[in-house]
Amino acid sequence: MSTAVIVFPGVNCEHDVAHAVRALGGSADLVWHRDTDLSGFDGVILPGGFAHGDALRTGAIARFSPAMREVARMAAVGLPVLGICNGWQMLCESGLIPGAHIANRDLSFICRYEEVEVVDSGSILTRDCEPGQRLRIPLNSYEGSWVDPSHTGRIVLRYVGDPNGSQDRAAAVSNAAGNVVGVMPHPERATDELLGSTDGQVLLESFLHSLVPA
Amino acid sequence: MRVTVTIDRRPEIADPEGTTVLRALHELGFTEASSVRMDRVIHMDVVGADPSEVRSRVEDMCRQLLANPVLEDFTVEVEA
Repeated sequence: MSTAVIVFPGVNCEHDVAHAVRALGGSADLVWHRDTDLSGFDGVILPGGFAHGDALRTGAIARFSPAMREVARMAAVGLPVLGICNGWQMLCESGLIPGAHIANRDLSFICRYEEVEVVDSGSILTRDCEPGQRLRIPLNSYEGSWVDPSHTGRIVLRYVGDPNGSQDRAAAVSNAAGNVVGVMPHPERATDELLGSTDGQVLLESFLHSLVPA
Repeated sequence: MRVTVTIDRRPEIADPEGTTVLRALHELGFTEASSVRMDRVIHMDVVGADPSEVRSRVEDMCRQLLANPVLEDFTVEVEA
């Protein structure tokens, strides 16, 4: 079973994500954002970075990349779709997850480990976790504050602190079905002792265990 | 035609940048400033002969790309 990692111009975490997936025994292929056929993949990850230089709004241009039509199709049939950081911003702009992102409350680019707590283990990111479980994962974002006036997003991870003003301290949010998840901290950067934490492993393992043959 | 699009963040959505600018104005002694919102203005030239048709097309641009309906409202002014 294979995961597509979509490469947009300006993203910078695609190799980290693919490496982490492979290190956990999964299969990952980098796919250019202009590709129009993801039918050979059982899941998809939108990696972090600055797609299209964050022009207009984060994720606003990436949303119209041809590959995003396939991402929407996969989301609709229940396949696992994970957006990390900039990838979550794309999922919000696409309407696949409720809400949107604005600048961090204190207007600072936050680059440090943050502790998050599992709120809901019914998503593709958290199915191998226990509610209440705490994880240390690096946050690396400026527009990381999630707002959802509709109050329909399903929060699956919550910051223990309140680093960026995100609504209800949300660090990861899923759609109602739990198969589409956006997460602001980077689980792929916490998958090896060398990186200072392995707490991201359980999240990516949850994603890999959510893959079923297409 | 010259078109001016104003993208306003909805009042209920926080604007950390506006808050920071307001604080800076107060520190400079401009205490009469009571609120600041950092909205976005887009100037465009659009080919077309009929102002109402141009407006309608630009409103479509706003709905599809220029404004995020979760956060923002927009107004379109067409200079005939």
